[in-house]
Amino acid sequence: MNIYAIRAIYKFEMARTFRTLMQSIASPVLSTSLYFIVFGTAIGSRMGDIDGVSYAAFIIPGLVMLSLLSESISNASFGIFFPKFSGTIYEVHSAPVSPLEIVAGYVGAAATKSVLLGLLILLTARLFVDYTILHPVWMLVFLVLTAVTFSLFGFIIGVWADDFQKLQVIPLMVITPLTFLGGAFYSINMLPELWQTISLFNPVVYLVSGFRWAFYGVSDVNIGISLGMTGLFMLSCLMTIGWIFKTGYRIRT
Amino acid sequence: MQSIIKVRDLSKTYDSGFTALNNISLEINRGEIFALLGPNGAGKTTLISIICGISRATSGSVEADGSDIITQYRDARSKIGLVPQELTNDAFESVWSTVNFSRGLFGKAPDKAYIEKILRQLSLWDKRDARMRELSGGMKRRVMIAKALSHEPDILFLDEPTAGVDVELRRDMWEMVRELRESGVTIILTTHYIEEAEEMADRIGVIRKGEIILVEEKAALMDKLGKKSLSLHLQAPLAEIPSELHGYNLSLEQEGTYLIFSYDSSESDRVAQLLGELSGLGIGIKDLNSSESSLEDIFVDLVKEA
Repeated sequence: MNIYAIRAIYKFEMARTFRTLMQSIASPVLSTSLYFIVFGTAIGSRMGDIDGVSYAAFIIPGLVMLSLLSESISNASFGIFFPKFSGTIYEVHSAPVSPLEIVAGYVGAAATKSVLLGLLILLTARLFVDYTILHPVWMLVFLVLTAVTFSLFGFIIGVWADDFQKLQVIPLMVITPLTFLGGAFYSINMLPELWQTISLFNPVVYLVSGFRWAFYGVSDVNIGISLGMTGLFMLSCLMTIGWIFKTGYRIRT
Repeated sequence: MQSIIKVRDLSKTYDSGFTALNNISLEINRGEIFALLGPNGAGKTTLISIICGISRATSGSVEADGSDIITQYRDARSKIGLVPQELTNDAFESVWSTVNFSRGLFGKAPDKAYIEKILRQLSLWDKRDARMRELSGGMKRRVMIAKALSHEPDILFLDEPTAGVDVELRRDMWEMVRELRESGVTIILTTHYIEEAEEMADRIGVIRKGEIILVEEKAALMDKLGKKSLSLHLQAPLAEIPSELHGYNLSLEQEGTYLIFSYDSSESDRVAQLLGELSGLGIGIKDLNSSESSLEDIFVDLVKEA
């Protein structure tokens, strides 16, 4: 195992985060704070409790997930896309590094940033809303699992994208709608039966539901199913990345 | 001489159907400076990219210091440093961090003293905190070399190392390459500047349309393929070449005042013979001048012939 290589990639990526602190941390924290102010405090005060939880507190897990998903994808996809774009990827290809080590470095850094951001958003939420975390260990498990899984997904997008537009298209056109329709702002039990069934095809429902269970002990779907679906998505991403390195798809001529 | 790189029957055909390398076999000797010459699109960079692990070969095999580049890629790649042709760099990184990044990537523990030594050797120490985007083209090229040397490789590939570099820096780099060779590093360079190969290489390989058409010691190549020319300024002009001299490859220039003898390096002994015959024919000589073809002439001839 080339530990020094993993560390080098990880440090390099983390350094980029701290170099662009406004973009990496401040901007997502600010936009999430605005969600809390508008949906939590202003609109939320006029809405009733959902499953015994105040609306302002109810949306916290969903909002954290919203940032976690988009930041995991964006960090990991940019991390691998930019060396491809600038040409510096030659160095990674010519180094004695295995695909696993490359993924560990890039995805590890992207997931770390996302987890830190998620925790920071939770701290920020405390300024606006009073909430409890019933199962803190499970909350961390879901946080880390989701960050790693979607960083893996972001890595795939970064390899697939050959221009900046493609880099943005999946997060904007697929992930954001799935997150908004995945129960971030409501319980899917509030939907008509047909839409409830359709929602079950949205993987984000399982993430938000599981994460919310860790906070309040209430969920739209069974916690075991949430964990299983997240694991399944992670496995699919790992298999796709394995295929990418085996075939050299868009990464090696 | 022990080989440090062995390339056997290497071919590369891209998905588009273009064959960049066609059944290449080549051995690079340990400790030598090997210059790979070839026109644009000949396959130089493809060959280097495959040896370094950036591209995949369609068929054939490569060993670097006894390690197969596919099955023992960790051992093979850790021996190799590469300075690519393009000046690719992380614009926002400092010189210090980008060179240290390269060392880590190649599996070496941090060694500040060693990195400082390289940066000082390459006159980059004063620029260690500068971001890459603040550096001139020549400085960036030096950083690329520092990155390639950061993990103490035994084999260094320099793909067009002095492209776009001013004359002074080019001389500095040649000096540095010689010093590296003295320290035991094997150097393979591709270049468009024939002068560069002539100045530094021990052996020369010529690649054309994906095939190695020649590998030769530089001196032997110039000796074997070099053309020489003897220009004799005559005391009195000649109307035509005397029939007694028809066995020589002679021509008259400047209204018969200059007699030019063209010969191969292997025919040097015929010069004295010609001078003797001219004396016997009573043809006086004011002055003489000899010249030989450069590596560039040889290269152009080779590429034309192949």
